[in-house]
Amino acid sequence: MACIEARGLRKAFGTTIALDGINLRVDEGRILGIIGPNGAGKTTALNAILGLTPYEGELTVLGRDPWSERDQLMRDVCFIADVAVLPRWIRVSQALDYVAGVHPRFDRAKAEGFLAKTTIRHASKVRELSKGMVTQLHLALVMAIDARLLVLDEPTLGLDILYRKQFYDSLLNDYFDRSRTIVVTTHQVEEIQHVLTDVMFINRGRIVFGCSMEEFESRYLEVTVNPERVAAARALKPMHERWVFGRKILLFDLKLDGGVNQNIDRQQLTEFGDVRTPSIADLFVAVLSEKPGDSPVNQAGQSLSNYEGAAR
Amino acid sequence: MNTQSNAVPESFESRRSAPVAMSATQPLYWSVRRELWENRSIYIAPLIVAALILFAFLISSTAGIWEKALRLDPAQQPDKLAEPYTFAALLLMGTTLVVAIFYCLDALHGERRDRSILFWKSLPVSDLTTVLLKASIPLVVLPLLTFAITIATQWIMLLLSSAVLLASGQSPATLWTQLPFFQMSLMLLYHLLAVHSLWYAPMFAWLLLVSAWARRAAFLWAFLPLVGIGIVEKIAFNTTHFVHLLGNRMGGGAEAVTMPGGSPMDPMTHLTPGHFLISPGLWIGLAIAAGFLAAAVRLRRYQGPI
Repeated sequence: MACIEARGLRKAFGTTIALDGINLRVDEGRILGIIGPNGAGKTTALNAILGLTPYEGELTVLGRDPWSERDQLMRDVCFIADVAVLPRWIRVSQALDYVAGVHPRFDRAKAEGFLAKTTIRHASKVRELSKGMVTQLHLALVMAIDARLLVLDEPTLGLDILYRKQFYDSLLNDYFDRSRTIVVTTHQVEEIQHVLTDVMFINRGRIVFGCSMEEFESRYLEVTVNPERVAAARALKPMHERWVFGRKILLFDLKLDGGVNQNIDRQQLTEFGDVRTPSIADLFVAVLSEKPGDSPVNQAGQSLSNYEGAAR
Repeated sequence: MNTQSNAVPESFESRRSAPVAMSATQPLYWSVRRELWENRSIYIAPLIVAALILFAFLISSTAGIWEKALRLDPAQQPDKLAEPYTFAALLLMGTTLVVAIFYCLDALHGERRDRSILFWKSLPVSDLTTVLLKASIPLVVLPLLTFAITIATQWIMLLLSSAVLLASGQSPATLWTQLPFFQMSLMLLYHLLAVHSLWYAPMFAWLLLVSAWARRAAFLWAFLPLVGIGIVEKIAFNTTHFVHLLGNRMGGGAEAVTMPGGSPMDPMTHLTPGHFLISPGLWIGLAIAAGFLAAAVRLRRYQGPI
């Protein structure tokens, strides 16, 4: 069942095009990471999904039109926009009271349980809490809501590594149960790579890449090649090269469209050096550094501009 | 369709906890509570003014300033005796009016400034509900609160005054029989509902609209355009209709609320709800208020954090 479905999603601010015809389908039970440079349109896409901004094109979230039915939709959708949206004047106890008062799917006991594991006191005001504690509070509120879709826009921005790790750990252990869907954007890609089931790259308002993590792992390989073998390895048409400590690291797409790479296999590559799965960040750099029209890889990228999250 | 694919969503649905039974008014109640948490000046400011009034009244009572009225001709007594009480009511109404103006200017602006609008919008409360509840603070909550605080203050004043009289060996009987307390309370309630709620509604709605629209300096945006229209009208047509219109609105619309030609000495002539309810000024004002609020709802839907 599709949780989010978009066709030709477009949004322009004046002459700036924030979303340029996005087609997207995210099935229930997936954890999708949206990766993109600043200003790529990630937040605009999320805002459209959350009914915070009007858009052109078709968009359905949990069977509803987010722009016209935001308040109804929010019974089943939660979001953490970024760390600093809890009002600074509110007390922790008041935040619990209020959400319990307006949200029919909020389980107060559950939220209290999450808070008990932290050092947050009920009498504290949000302005007295550290940035990490505010995020813990927001996460406690959100995780206590029995929602079907959770949207996280840079949820761990500005947090130290301990809080960031804790954030994703509790999300996975205490919240995610395969019936919920999570969409997350972040710049700390490495930290969520093991969390995701799907990944999508977005640049200049377009989806430039998208696949499930299973496909990602079976399809992309990175080989560390000694300088003398680089020329030979290049014959296999890597999609990206970079230097690390005097050695070349070549990134290969094993199933490149267009028939240019005649289905090279893992065995072939191990002859050149160590082979491993690249990080999402490396693939991201590889995909985004391609110039239009000068490489077969870009054709692959374009063919992926329709992203369909793998069905369960 | 095979049964397998149908079974999955069903089991998924059954695993979701049933939503808590929630009455329709519960979110409204908590939304008003939230406004009071955020804007504590709504009740703190009138309480402080009430305390100051009582303190000053205690001093003046011991000095016997207001008791002079007790030695007046009985025909003049009620008005004279009521003076400090009316004055207290005016001060409290003035206070809550100022509170209401500042509340409205910040109501839809502050949440965008501190980005908390993203948190409020992540909850299942519609923009319509939010704006209407925010409008209910100046239109319903503040008038009723003003009434309650004023009546309490006046009661304490009456008791203080009686205690001072008793202490100096005089009887407070005249004070209790001559002071038109019930009439004063009724007048106050009528004035608060007729003027502060209904007559001022377009004013508050305008302030809410500006607060939903302005990116900064909501205060200036609220007042400068009005001044501008007045100036343009004066220079272009050498007329002052707009200024008079505003003056009449802000002055409490004396001719609409009270019966023209009624005796100013008889406070009951001010109670003319029939006359007030058929005055076109009231209904035009309410229609304009509804228009402003509808625009504010629309703006809140489109506006994000600033």
